[in-house]
Amino acid sequence: MLQRFLTGASSYSHSVDHLIFLVAAIVGFWLLAAEGALFWLMFKFRHREGRGPQYITGEEKHLTRWISIPHSLVILCDIVIIVYAVTVWVNIKQTLPPAGQTVRIYGQQWTWSFQQPGPDGVLDTADDIRTVGELHVRAGTTYHFELVSRDTVHSFSVPAFRLKQDALPGRVITGWFLPTRPGTYDIQCTQMCGLGHALMAARVVVETPQEHAAWLQRASNPSLAAQTVPPATAVAPAIATVAEVRP
Amino acid sequence: MSTQLHAAEPGIFRKYLWSTDHKIISMQYLFTGMVMGLVGGYLAYVFRMQLAFPNRDVPGFGLVTPGKYNALVTMHGTIMIFWVAMPVLVAAFGNFLIPLMIGCDDMAFPRINRLSYQIFFFSTVVLLSSFLVKGGAFGGSWTAYPPLSAKGAYNLTPAGASLWLIAVVLEFVAFLLGGVNFVVTAMNGRAPGMKMYDLPMVVWLIVLASIMFMASVGPLVAGAVMLLFDQTLATGFYDPARGGDPLLWQHLFWFFGHPEVYVVLLPAIGIVADVLAVFARKKLFGYRTILYTAWATAVLSFVVWAHHQFIAGIDPRMANIFSITTLIISIPIAEMVFVYIATLYGGSIRFTTPMLWALAFIAEFLIGGVTGIFLGASGADIYLHDTYFVIAHFHYTFVPIAVIGTFAGLTFWYPKMFGRMMNETLGKIHFWGTIVGFNVVFIPLFITGAAGDQRRVYNYALFPEQARPELQHLRTLSTIGLLVMLASQLPFLFNFIWSLRHGERAEANPWRSNTLEWTVASPPPHGNFAEMPTVYRGPYEYGTPGRSEDYWPQNVPDEVLQRP
Repeated sequence: MLQRFLTGASSYSHSVDHLIFLVAAIVGFWLLAAEGALFWLMFKFRHREGRGPQYITGEEKHLTRWISIPHSLVILCDIVIIVYAVTVWVNIKQTLPPAGQTVRIYGQQWTWSFQQPGPDGVLDTADDIRTVGELHVRAGTTYHFELVSRDTVHSFSVPAFRLKQDALPGRVITGWFLPTRPGTYDIQCTQMCGLGHALMAARVVVETPQEHAAWLQRASNPSLAAQTVPPATAVAPAIATVAEVRP
Repeated sequence: MSTQLHAAEPGIFRKYLWSTDHKIISMQYLFTGMVMGLVGGYLAYVFRMQLAFPNRDVPGFGLVTPGKYNALVTMHGTIMIFWVAMPVLVAAFGNFLIPLMIGCDDMAFPRINRLSYQIFFFSTVVLLSSFLVKGGAFGGSWTAYPPLSAKGAYNLTPAGASLWLIAVVLEFVAFLLGGVNFVVTAMNGRAPGMKMYDLPMVVWLIVLASIMFMASVGPLVAGAVMLLFDQTLATGFYDPARGGDPLLWQHLFWFFGHPEVYVVLLPAIGIVADVLAVFARKKLFGYRTILYTAWATAVLSFVVWAHHQFIAGIDPRMANIFSITTLIISIPIAEMVFVYIATLYGGSIRFTTPMLWALAFIAEFLIGGVTGIFLGASGADIYLHDTYFVIAHFHYTFVPIAVIGTFAGLTFWYPKMFGRMMNETLGKIHFWGTIVGFNVVFIPLFITGAAGDQRRVYNYALFPEQARPELQHLRTLSTIGLLVMLASQLPFLFNFIWSLRHGERAEANPWRSNTLEWTVASPPPHGNFAEMPTVYRGPYEYGTPGRSEDYWPQNVPDEVLQRP
């Protein structure tokens, strides 16, 4: 269902979409049933001359049935939703499949920046690739991320991945994603982080292995380093706009 | 207003501004809340215009810069919850109704009551003054997460942030004083014969809301003092660089913040219960069921707070526990709604303006209730958290509470408050405009939220997935809905003011209702009851078999009983 609004591009985006669809189906049924009952009773028991109200305390057994049966059904629906929701949650947030690659993500007022291993495949070495506002990842590879904030609370959100995680100063939060569909997708900040909150845009570029290898070569070649600074629409105007509004 | 109990007429100042009469204090809260409601509505108008027509001058405001946008949304949220919903639903209705409905001459502590309003008024002045200080009003959202809220270097509104915090704490103090009064009065001031199960539902639920408020606000006041110290004395309670923890604030805030939702919900559903019973001419379907489900909701609401923090960096295992408790709370709430709907069964429904509001409350609150399940389901919240889906969801709870529930109560008790009837035609224009407008505002926002629109963003130009024209059309549609909704308040304001002088005079009991406030003159004199009433039965004896009248006031003795 969610696919119609926004493409999914990670290994778990379908499970989130299915969960949302399941919840929509269940609560949709209850909403229609309850609204239907409400409007039907409003119509049926509208005031008419010569017909007074009935005296019903609501404690009669044959009437409380109308409450207790739906009540039990609601419990049943809750259990189904909880089981599915927890399953999806545990998969995304509590398990950590083996990493093919690790990337460190920095949030700060008001940019996202990224640190990835260079050709040696090891993070925190001299050939690390650092980018601002643009994250390049390889489709089909499981990524671990280490999420860090340098100032306030930010939230790293990639709607196409169905991924969202707050970044907290003073902590390193680890998580994972597995991009599946090549393309370029939005990265948002979804936690109020001050004046430039709306300007904290970045892009994640999901590449095929060949494209990614080519990017890696370009990015780790110092003579071409200028290209790693994104010409992106995102960051440059963002900074300009903030400069304008700063007092 | 007549003052038979006093030999001399007090001056204007003593009568209206320094009064200890619960009815005057109720009006003070009501009018302050209504004025703040206009302010909150104006703020919503400005930022929704910016979202619909980005970067163009908003008529009546000017250009909305990012900093101003942040301040607008922050103050809109703060004002609507703490300066509109709380003073109107809890304080205004609580003050007006509790003594009158339990057959008492005033609050247990009238002067504490006066102090409560005075502190509240002061908090209002502090809050509004923050618009005028250097840097402008606080823009760190109504949740005020540190370190953003703690450091002027981050939020760029150091004075606004501290004033915001001081105003909120003062407001809490005011409602603590008011809450103590409500609970003590309802426990000790009831008329002879009135048992706890004879209390009108609205009194019960305002008392329960007051208890919840008192039980939840303490940690947040402590947290707010720590935050104020972080802001002004350079302490480090929430600063990780100095051993503090920003998550601590989030826990303290939401431990209060979630019960707070129910603090304003309970009075609204109490109002709806009373209005439903009167205009369906029906006894409530299972008085005790409503009461017990309300208690269950109140207790459970203290153990669901971390569902606001699923992805905030808490231990992910905790999300499972809070997802379960959150879904469990749907059980008593669903049962309560079923009982309300069942109350209509066998009724003789009169679609007066208050009844329309009460029925709309149920119809709209249902949408708010079921969409909460999406967000309580932890796995789905990963995607929907902090999107417009959340905004649409909680406005489908808060608007039924603070707008629809309030209008149900105001139109219902207006004759008692002011001694005049409101105009029904204007009332219905107001009702339909508000309801249609409200749905046009928020149904599109469910869709933009599901499409990934994140909150608190003044312009989506930098986000290609959100800057799609079809989403922009929905945002514009939502803003049009808001304009309709706001314009529809004009007939209400006219009706409210015009009817004060020109409305048809209200008799003591125009709705043929059972509860005690309708046994005294409209408006009630100082001291309320010329002769203190005695109570013989519960508040919802409508359509009792064997009686010629279809209602049976609580204070009418049993002698007229002719049980078949």
